[in-house]
Amino acid sequence: MLDSKIPPGALEHKWNEYKGHVKLVNPANKRKIEIIVVGTGLAGASAAASLGEMGYKVKAYCFQDSPRRAHSIAAQGGINAAKNYQNDGDSVFRLFYDTIKGGDYRSREANVHRLAEVSTNIIDQCVAQGVPFAREYGGLLSNRSFGGTQVQRTFYAAGQTGQQLLIGAYQALERQISLGNVTMYARHEMQELVIIDGKARGIITRNLISGKLERHFGHTVVLCTGGYGNVFYLSTNAMGCNVTAIWKAHKKGAFFGNPCFTQIHPTCIPVSGDYQSKLTLMSESLRNDGRIWVPKKQNDNRKPGEIPEEERDYYLERRYPAFGNLVPRDVASRAAKERCDAGYGVGTSRQAVYLDYAEAIIRYGKVECHKLGLENSTTEVIRQYGKEVIKEKYGNLFDMYEKITGENPYEVPMRIYPAVHYTMGGLWVDYELMTTIPGLYCMGEANFSDHGANRLGASALMQGLADGYFVIPYTIGNYLSDDIRTANIPTDHPAFESAELAVSDRMTRLKNINGTKTVEYFHKQLGKIMWDKCGMARNERNLKEAITEIQQLKKEFFSDLKIPGDIYEMNPELDKANRVADFIELGELMCIDALNRKESCGGHFREEMQTEEGEAKRDDEHFTYVAAWEFKSEHEWELHPETLVFDVAKPTQRSYK
Amino acid sequence: MEHYKMGLTLKIWRQKNSQSKGHFATYKVEDISSEMSFLEMIDVLNERLIREGEDPVAFDHDCREGICGTCSMYINGRPHGPWHANTVCQLHMRAYKDGDSITIEPWRANAFPVIKDLIVDRSAFDRIIQAGGYISINTGNPVDANSLPVDKNLADASFAAAACIGCGACVAACKNSSAMLFVSAKVSHLALLPQGHPERKSRALNMVAQMDKEGFGGCTNTQACESVCPKEISMTNIAKLNSEFIFAGLSE
Ligand SMILES: Cc1cc2nc3c(=O)[nH]c(=O)nc-3n(C[C@H](O)[C@H](O)[C@H](O)COP(=O)(O)OP(=O)(O)OC[C@H]3O[C@@H](n4cnc5c(N)ncnc54)[C@H](O)[C@@H]3O)c2cc1C
Ligand code: SF4
Ligand code: FES
Repeated sequence: MLDSKIPPGALEHKWNEYKGHVKLVNPANKRKIEIIVVGTGLAGASAAASLGEMGYKVKAYCFQDSPRRAHSIAAQGGINAAKNYQNDGDSVFRLFYDTIKGGDYRSREANVHRLAEVSTNIIDQCVAQGVPFAREYGGLLSNRSFGGTQVQRTFYAAGQTGQQLLIGAYQALERQISLGNVTMYARHEMQELVIIDGKARGIITRNLISGKLERHFGHTVVLCTGGYGNVFYLSTNAMGCNVTAIWKAHKKGAFFGNPCFTQIHPTCIPVSGDYQSKLTLMSESLRNDGRIWVPKKQNDNRKPGEIPEEERDYYLERRYPAFGNLVPRDVASRAAKERCDAGYGVGTSRQAVYLDYAEAIIRYGKVECHKLGLENSTTEVIRQYGKEVIKEKYGNLFDMYEKITGENPYEVPMRIYPAVHYTMGGLWVDYELMTTIPGLYCMGEANFSDHGANRLGASALMQGLADGYFVIPYTIGNYLSDDIRTANIPTDHPAFESAELAVSDRMTRLKNINGTKTVEYFHKQLGKIMWDKCGMARNERNLKEAITEIQQLKKEFFSDLKIPGDIYEMNPELDKANRVADFIELGELMCIDALNRKESCGGHFREEMQTEEGEAKRDDEHFTYVAAWEFKSEHEWELHPETLVFDVAKPTQRSYK
Repeated sequence: MEHYKMGLTLKIWRQKNSQSKGHFATYKVEDISSEMSFLEMIDVLNERLIREGEDPVAFDHDCREGICGTCSMYINGRPHGPWHANTVCQLHMRAYKDGDSITIEPWRANAFPVIKDLIVDRSAFDRIIQAGGYISINTGNPVDANSLPVDKNLADASFAAAACIGCGACVAACKNSSAMLFVSAKVSHLALLPQGHPERKSRALNMVAQMDKEGFGGCTNTQACESVCPKEISMTNIAKLNSEFIFAGLSE
């Protein structure tokens, strides 16, 4: 039986109660305890820094050359917090409720409530660290709105919020490194988990410069290794994002929660050709001011500027008048796909819709002119002022768009299309963020918690920092207080030896295949299967086919792969092969999970399960659970459902109309 | 936008590891689309090299959208290539035409030793941050974020400096391999905010001392750094650093 360890008591008191009674580790003992933190994005860097400050001996790992480069750096739009600085009716409860509802009632109330509670501390913490959030002229913090909410609770730093938050956490981490509390291992990739007497006790890493395998002991291991969206090959994730660390843990006993819950983001720059290596997000914040439309006529070849207002279909505003362009991501993505599939798409590929700023430019321009007493300005002058405002809000995103497409979005509408963006699924964790392996924790995007079947914008940054700054510092003590007598285990222990051997065997096996096809080839094949059959719309027949195709692909991978170079040297192709091998196995589990969940909820849309208007239809009677999968053997998993109980936020059909 | 195809001659720095001597190798690539990114063009080359049994060109990259600061190529004598305020990963092939020759090298600086091919070791930047590029507060009980209003102009200026991605192009562009633009961006970011004031003096002194220790050269105001910086970090930050430094020195 899965025990989610939710503390007793009323929802709003659980976390305080927990903190009041949790076991502590005294300072002298903390100095003797070693903690491994794998991954130094927002979740990992904030955790490593905080644990180091508390007096633990921390070892932190990342595969990039510096912790400052983790994928969190790319987050654009913002971070939510229930500060209610705008006095627009926000509260901890409302943030909790929006997140549960946004997740389509597939997340745990207690975790989400805690997240909403600590959200306010995060902003205080970051400001104290020197994160330069956007401010109003009065000197106070500025907010914007994001999808799926009707309040302005998103804090931001232009379109570079993730960068600024990560730099804050990175600096806190570097400070602990200089103080000797944290040892940093950059360009090190975790390849295996070491378990001794049933507890997580260490990891095996590959030094990506020398290729050497290394053994590291820790009293406990915390995985903060990010999302696995790259299983689809094309996604908005950075090139190196991978599932390897959590997959290795999964195969050693950590259950995998809701693997099929993937977020497809509605506003990304469309694919331009088959050489495409990644997709670029255009932040959701753009939907604050941009209007999404397609022509009312099918296969319309006119330029956007030549299509008169009355021949444009602002389909989100039409279908969802209450939320309009700010419906949640899953809803917006499906609506775009529906229009394109029906023949209304734009651009050469017809797999795109317009995101248009013309109106916002005029609106802001008029406000500016009014402020300056220039009421009678020409449209040109108004547009000029309007463009200045848009530039201040979204300048870096507009530049990014222009660099990629060669088109100027101040003048012509952006072309956008949905792309894989975030994975709500991840290792199953309990309230303390511990996996089903004692002593193994998982945080940030890598765990399954908090976002249910769909994540709301600006809440991943919130979750990563909540986990790292405010949750793990408490919960880890509850475990370690029983471990103060455990001396460091030497890394010549047989468990380390066999774990290392397993890794070197796999590398040798991969290297010795000596086939004809590159890693990229297999990764692309996998991505195509996943996107076509386990992407925005799923059905039984496709998922079954996908499972067979992935099994076939795995055979081909292990018989026809070609890797250049040697094992014990820097070898990015070997690193990629290691990651893709795990993605292939994960892909199979994602399809199994999607097949099992015969309902539509959040980002998981089963075509068999939709309302007459084409909206997702949940089946609460049969699927109000977290699907936690236990790895049994190749191609075989066992399902352990964790039933979700909603005491406070009673499930209703999500409606944004 | 008109799209077109092109053939190119690439002269690329190849170096097996930090111990070995490097050399240039020449490759021809055909059928490159003007819509590709520069790194996708290198991907195409690498796929071919692997199929032909050769070692692919190793290069650093991750986000491929200009924000992580990982990519680092010195292209025809200019870090990050020909476009203004741009990273290599954002450079697209419409910058080139059929028949062009492109020379690609790693960042060259003593403080950035080559690891392999186009990959260099930039850990010196992390050590400079360790020397003082932070505000010393622990996780815990900071005051309410709005209890201390910050002048919007200062906050904006601080953000502009904090936008540095730590790529090292400034060092690669500088004939002295100076890291002043990078260091000054961090010092400005923190010194402009009231939260950063208490440590102003020690921060400037310690970061500059670490920069010298890492073997970066001094600044002689040639402004090459500013002109190649992908985030348009301004040289005024260097002036700011100098004044912080003098201020710190005087009041020692
Ligand atoms: C383009 C983009 C924009 C986004 N915008 C927003 C936004 O505006 N608001 C929001 O809330 N969220 C946003 N998100 C989502 C959010 O950025 C991520 O979910 C979040 O940053 C993940 O943080 P993390 O710490 O869990 O993981 P990451 O930041 O991905 O860090 C993972 C870390 O693990 C390390 N690692 C991985 N595997 C291994 C291994 N095997 N061994 C060793 N180390 C390993 C990496 O080196 C890295 O340090 C965005 C995401 C994308 C892709
Ligand atoms: S100052 Fe500019 S060039 Fe130098 S590291 Fe920062 S972003 Fe790169
Ligand atoms: S790869 Fe991230 S900035 Fe170029």
